[in-house]
Formats: sequence, structure tokens, C-alpha cells
Amino acid sequence: MSIEVNIDKFRAESPMTDFLRMERMPHIWCPGCGIGTVVNSFAEAVKKSGMDMDKLAVISGIGCTGRVAGYVNFDSIHTTHGRAIPVATGLKLANPEMKVVVVSGDGDLTGIGGNHFIHAARRNMDIMVICVNNFTYGMTGGQVTPTTPQTANASTTPYGNYEYPFSLPFLADACGATYVARWTSLHARNITKSIREALNHKGFSFIEVIAPCTTLYQRRNRLGDGLDALEYYKEEAGVEKDVDTREVGIDFQGDIVMGRFVNQEKPTYEEAVNERYANVLGDDYQLYGMSKPEREEKAKREAEERAKVQALMEDEEAQMMAEDMGVDEEGL
Amino acid sequence: MRKTAADPKGVLEGSHFLDGDHAIAEGALAAGCRFFAGYPITPSTETAERFAERCPAAGGMFIQMEDEIASIAALVGGAWGGQKVMTVTSGPGLSLMMENLGLAVMTETPMVIADVQRAGPSTGLPTLPAQQDMMQIRWGSHGDYRIIALCPDSPQECFDLTVEAFNLSETYRVPVFIMADETVGHMHEKVVIPPAGEIGVVERNWYEGPKADYRPYQFTGKDVAPMVKAGDGYRFHITGLTHDERGYPHLTVDQNEKVVTHLIEKIDSNADKIIQLDESEVDGADVVVVSYGITSRIVSRAVQLAREAGIKTGSMRLITIWPFAEKRIEELAGKVKAIVVPEINYGQMVREVERSAAGRCKVVSVPHCGGAVHDPEVILDAIKEASK
Amino acid sequence: MHEVRFSGFGGQGIVRCALITGKALSMYDDKFATMTQSFGPEARGGACSSQLVVSESRILYPYVTLPGVLIALSQDSYTTYEPKLKDGGVLIYEADLVTPKEDDGRVQMYPAPVTRFAEELGNRLFANLVTLGCFSAITKIVTPEAMKKALPGLVPDRFLEVNKKAFDKGYAYGLESLEKKPLVTGDAQ
Ligand SMILES: Cc1ncc(C[n+]2csc(CCOP(=O)(O)OP(=O)(O)O)c2C)c(N)n1
Ligand code: SF4
Ligand SMILES: [Mg+2]
Repeated sequence: MSIEVNIDKFRAESPMTDFLRMERMPHIWCPGCGIGTVVNSFAEAVKKSGMDMDKLAVISGIGCTGRVAGYVNFDSIHTTHGRAIPVATGLKLANPEMKVVVVSGDGDLTGIGGNHFIHAARRNMDIMVICVNNFTYGMTGGQVTPTTPQTANASTTPYGNYEYPFSLPFLADACGATYVARWTSLHARNITKSIREALNHKGFSFIEVIAPCTTLYQRRNRLGDGLDALEYYKEEAGVEKDVDTREVGIDFQGDIVMGRFVNQEKPTYEEAVNERYANVLGDDYQLYGMSKPEREEKAKREAEERAKVQALMEDEEAQMMAEDMGVDEEGL
Repeated sequence: MRKTAADPKGVLEGSHFLDGDHAIAEGALAAGCRFFAGYPITPSTETAERFAERCPAAGGMFIQMEDEIASIAALVGGAWGGQKVMTVTSGPGLSLMMENLGLAVMTETPMVIADVQRAGPSTGLPTLPAQQDMMQIRWGSHGDYRIIALCPDSPQECFDLTVEAFNLSETYRVPVFIMADETVGHMHEKVVIPPAGEIGVVERNWYEGPKADYRPYQFTGKDVAPMVKAGDGYRFHITGLTHDERGYPHLTVDQNEKVVTHLIEKIDSNADKIIQLDESEVDGADVVVVSYGITSRIVSRAVQLAREAGIKTGSMRLITIWPFAEKRIEELAGKVKAIVVPEINYGQMVREVERSAAGRCKVVSVPHCGGAVHDPEVILDAIKEASK
Repeated sequence: MHEVRFSGFGGQGIVRCALITGKALSMYDDKFATMTQSFGPEARGGACSSQLVVSESRILYPYVTLPGVLIALSQDSYTTYEPKLKDGGVLIYEADLVTPKEDDGRVQMYPAPVTRFAEELGNRLFANLVTLGCFSAITKIVTPEAMKKALPGLVPDRFLEVNKKAFDKGYAYGLESLEKKPLVTGDAQ
């Protein structure tokens, strides 16, 4: 079996052709790694959303997950370790037309980049952050991260982890994120749906995807391969509605509470800036040359657009359930 | 690169009595900067404050980030979002910026960083002047690279050189530093801002070919590739990793050599075009004092006293710090007895002077600790001693 | 070339004095002016000062070395800076807050009760403008017209008129003082 042949075939036939930089395939991820699922779900969500793909930018930090920006066929920036969020902030504010999505790892976003994470959430910066949480620093060989559950083994906690981990939905919620959800890489369809919702959400949205690092975390903790991880998710992960984010911490191989925990409207950073400036300066205020009527017109257009997409998603959902496509009602 | 007139919305035409920090903000607005991300730090904060106050009317965006790491990171995003971008800081913040200075250099992202220097190390003397960051900007981020740095000696030059800094950063797609200091930053003088039509501004060199052919990089060592901005359908990719013309990671030694020599050569091969010097009575001088920034103004007094004392003394002010005026120094070194280099540090740029003079003449360092300027008499003594 | 130092304690508007004068000179009197101020530890509490160098041509060396004019609005600042005033220089001091040493003729002394005048106008905050009026009248370094033109933007709009009044009050008092004690000019200032 020649890999080359498969690759050419994949490049030519993959439904992902529009979404991935096919010339960069094959990717670097290990077999069974959960990152690929997230990329697929992301592509699927963008495709379903029907949005203008030219208006989407993907920013990543450093890590295995950080490589996502390099594979997706959008305006994309692969930044330094932990800095995806401030780079995304700059891009969004310099070019408010853009939908800006950060895809990065747990270490990148909440360890070295933790300060940026909490402040972007606090500002309700209009960006989406997808965190692939594999409880480890994959790229550097399986060290402990701020999310590693206690007792789990990592290369820098060789006797088991003794630190208290972050529960990311709680962190995001507490900091002011206006959309917060968690899924596992088994729940591809839910991830897709969440990403669609977040694409349609105005403000800081955060989606955590619990995913296996097969090569390091799974192996080091004798948890088997990728399939074993999915088995664990199947057993222990469940959707809960109206759950308090304080209650969703994850113990080593323990329950995983999933769901859409937060979904609320609040003026974004940019809206707040616009409103302030317009109050003080009146018609003289023109952000990047856009006048007040133009800004209002744009806001109205976008709100209508969002409402349309929302209605569409609800229709689809009803239809899927009607057709009993195996969709778990709670999961949606 | 072609210059056009400034956008009048950012130009506060007329005479003003301003300090250097405020003049930097006006220079940025005049140059077309419409995105500023910063974090407060004495003695640079006034620039951020003025930009925050003035930007809504000019149609720009200001954000106070959570730290200086985020500030410069936001500039990378902002520049590729399509704006001209700047930040301002001082020593401790500059140290935090070193990481993403590297990202900006590697991704060839135009930006202007003003460093209003104060005395270090560490928190040091927050409210007092120094010239101690001259080498940090040049070498402080890891890896081999080049940047451009300009050094104003007055509020007027803070304005003029900030405009120039934006022009250079667009021309060479490189971070450009304004190396001010607490004294210049806080000193008030008349600043004349010309009408927009008389301010030459280099606009970004936007790519205009077929979308599929766009390449964010060309490794010629002379010119830089045109840029695009997010949202226009080019689907660009940039990375801090060693990359190819498309911006894709290309992790080989050969490619790294290609990229890094380009980053170096695009500045070095254009050094003659970039470098600005301000010389006085250098021809026929026995001693030339080489200085920059606020120290040049102290030197002016010392040089006057030396001339009165009958010593043929010339003065060379480095307006451009990096790239360093090595050719001109080499030439001078062959003609004079000595070059005297006073600076508010324990000997930074003097090393460059020594390297360029390469033993052709005496090179005398006149160091000074951070926190205050030299006493002109000390420089005078050094000139006298050097002239012997 | 003139070197002028304004000094007092924090909150007396010392920096503002130099800003207004520098702006007036460089924008409306066709002179060159460089203003520096002491930031830093010495600017907190105690004596606070701001300096102006005034010249007919571009100023290279920006600092005052031996000022010919000292304005001292507090005892502390008088004690700190009087010895650094040039022989024959002009000293304008707050008559009610500064007790100078005996006049030995080294410098030309002009007391002015600027705070009292300001209080008569409704607020001691106007003392700095009274001071500037005296300064302008006595030294003639800056014209009163230029000073008034320089005020907008440097004093709150709603206090513009009363600040002008304060300036006039000081100016008139300065002229009176001059009549009593004519200024000996020379290169002293
Ligand atoms: C400033 C800095 N420190 C350390 C590193 C090394 N490093 C690269 S990736 C990484 C961890 C990434 O972990 P995570 O974000 O969880 O991503 P994953 O690889 O697990 O997807 C580290 C520590 C770096 N690149 N830069
Ligand atoms: S090391 Fe772990 S996280 Fe990285 S690609 Fe492999 S499985 Fe995925
Ligand atoms: Mg990880």
C-alpha cells in the first residue's frame, strides 16, 4: 500500500477540499489523535453555515493543536505559544468584518496564554475560542498542563499530578464568556452544532473539546488507544442541562459533564466602544471611515442574518429528530 | 516606494507646544496609524493616552491590552487585519515584547514600537531618562534578525521620525523602533505639524494580482512582497516557523538560511537609503563626538565649549541607530584623531563605533548611569583628553 | 537667552505655569522655548519645579544651568532653589508663604501675595495665574498678550475669564512693584 496514492486520492476526492490546504496534506497528527475530529467538525460547521469563507480567519498558538491554522484554507496565522487570542483580538478590531476563530490547545490557551484568555472573555471580545483539551502538552512530549486531572501521570509529574486543575467552562463563565460549551471528540455532531452556534454568536464564545492524545496521555496513563478513549467518553460523558459551571470539573477518568452551559447576549467589546464613542462624538465618530448610519445598517443586517441562521438551525434540528437520525435530543 | 499625502483626519495641522510622548501619538495619526494596542508604563503612557483621546475622531481603534506581550501580539493581528499599527512602552514592557518582536520580524509584519527609555535594570528608575535599551532592541529577541531604529532628540523629531518610522516599516515590512527617552518624552517644545498635503506617507503596498498567485513572501534580500489583508479572499497563511514563499512551514536548514539572510539583507542592502545622520563641522575635525537622542543636545554644549577652547571638534548625531552607520564611521575614523561616544549607559553604541573604526582612530567611551544626562563638562574633558 | 525656574509645592500649578509661558513664547511671541519638569521621586511632595529655557534661536542644551529668574511659591522651594539663582537674578516669591533671608542685594527680590489675591478672586487655585502676571510684568520675558492667548486648552474653559482676571491682577501688581523697585537689567536674567 503506497501512502502517496492514498494522499493523491484523498486530495482529489475529499469533501474537505474547500476547507483544507490540500497541498499541505498529510498532516502531522498521530493516528487516533482527537484534533482531527475537531478540524472535521469545524469544516462541517462552516460548510453548513453557508458563510462567506473569505470572511473567516483562523488563529492558532503553538502545540499539536496549534498546527490547525496551517491546515485550514482560510486567512490564518500561526502565532507564538499562548498568543493566539491577542493576535485574534488585533485582527478582529482592525478588521471588524471578520469572524475570527482561535483553535489551540489546553496548555497554550490556559497555561502560557491564560492571562489573554481571561481578558478576552472579560471584554466579551467577539471571537470564538476552540480548545482541544487533551490534558497534556502534546507537542513537547506529555507534560502536565493546567487542566491535567489530579493523579494523572505526566512526564513532569511522573508520580502522578498533585496540582488542582482548571475546569475550563467554569473559568470561561466566571470571566464573562457569553457562549460556553463542552463536548468530547466522540460527539462530533454536537461539536459541529456548537461551532455553528458560536459562528452565529456575537461575543466571546468558548468551546472545549475533550480529546485524546493517544501517543502521550493515553499511553503514559495506560489508558489504551484512541478507541479506548472514545469508549471512556461513551461511558462517562453525558449531557446535562441548566447545570452550574461550578459543578463540571473533571476527575481522572471520571464523569464528563457536557452541554451548552452558557448562551447569552451582551454587548461585545467593539459594540461597547462604538456606543461610547458615538455618545461622546456623535456623528463625527467614524470607525475606519464608517459613518453612524452605515454602522447601524451593518448592525441591523448582521442581526437579521443571525436570526435567519438561528431559524435555519432550529428547522434542521426538528427535521433530524423527526427523521430519527440517531440524534440524541439532549445532546442538541 | 511611492509617497502620498496624509489623510487629513489624522493630521492636527498647526503649531503646538507638546511633549515628545504626545508628539509621537500625533506622528502616528498623521502617518495613518489607526490601530493602537498598549499597556501603561511610565514614561511612555502619555502617548497611549493621547492616542486614546484622539483616535475616535480620526476613525481609529485603541485598546489597552492586559500586558505588553498581548499589545505587540495584537499588532501582528491588526497589521494583517489591514491597519497601520503601533504600540509604545518602556524598559520592563520592552522586555515582555521581545517574544513577539520575533514573530513580527519573522512574519515581516510592519509595525512601529516607541520605546521611551527609563533607567533599568528591572523597574530601576521609572521616571528618569536612560539610553540603555539600544542593544536590547537589536539583539533582544532570539535568533538572527534586523530591525530599524530611529532616535529623536526633540518633540518635533518625535513627530517627524514617527511618520518616517511608519514609512520605513511599510517599505521594508519590518518593525521600526522610535528610541526616545524620558527627557525627550516629557520635554515640551514647539511642534509644527504641516498640512496633510505636505506630509509624505508610504501606503501599504497592496498586492494586486490573481488571488491564487499570491505569495506573502519573496526572499530576495532586497525587496519585500506586497501584502494583503484578512477578508479579501487571499486565504493567506503566516507563521513564526521557518516558511516558504506561501508562508507554509518549511523546516529545513536550507530554507532557514534563505529566510534569515533575506531578513538581514533587506535592511543591510538598503542601509544607505535608510540611514540619516546629522553632522556638524566634521570635515577637518580632530575629534568627532558621536551621540544620539537627548545626549546629542548635551553634546552640543560640550562641543561649543571645546571649539571655544580651540579644539577642532565635529559632531555626528545618529538619527538612525539601526542599521548602524558603519561605513560613515569607518570613513571618519580614517580622518580624525579620536571619536568620543557619550551615552546614558555603560557603553552600548560605542561598541558599534569601535567595531566600525576598527583601530583607525581612538574611540573614547563616556558612559553615564541611567537616571540623568551627562554634565557637559565631563564630555568636554573627554574631548580635550582625546584631542591630545 | 533666559533661564527661568518655577517652583513651589505640588498642587500650586507649577508645571502649568511653565507650560503656559512656554506655549505663549513659542507660539505667540515668536521665541524658542524648551520646558522641562522634574518627574520622579523629587516631584512627590516637597519642592516641585519646572524649568524654561527661552531663546531667540533654536535651543540645543535644554536644561537650565544657572537661572536668571526664580519663582518660589513655598518656603521649601525657596530654600532649595534660591542659592541656585544667578547673582543679580530676579526672585519673585509668595509674600505670605515664604520668609526670605535678609535682603543682602545678591538678587533682586520681589514679594507678591499671589495666594491672597487668588483667594480674593474666589479660589487659591488661581494663584499660579496671578504669579504669571507678576512674572510677565516684572521680567518682560513674555508679553501679556501672548500669555492670554496661551490659556485656552491649558486652563478649563469655564475658568478662562477668571484666570485672565487673575493674570491681570498679578500684572498690575507687578508693574506697581517695578515702579517702587525698578529692575536692573543686564545679562543677569
Ligand atoms: C514560549 C514558549 N515556551 C515553550 C514552548 C514549547 N511548547 C511548544 S508546544 C507546547 C505545549 C502545547 O500544549 P497544548 O497547548 O496543550 O497543545 P497540544 O500539543 O497538547 O495540542 C510547549 C510548552 C514554546 N513553543 N514557546
Ligand atoms: S502527540 Fe498527542 S496531541 Fe499531538 S498529535 Fe499526537 S496524539 Fe495528537
Ligand atoms: Mg494539550
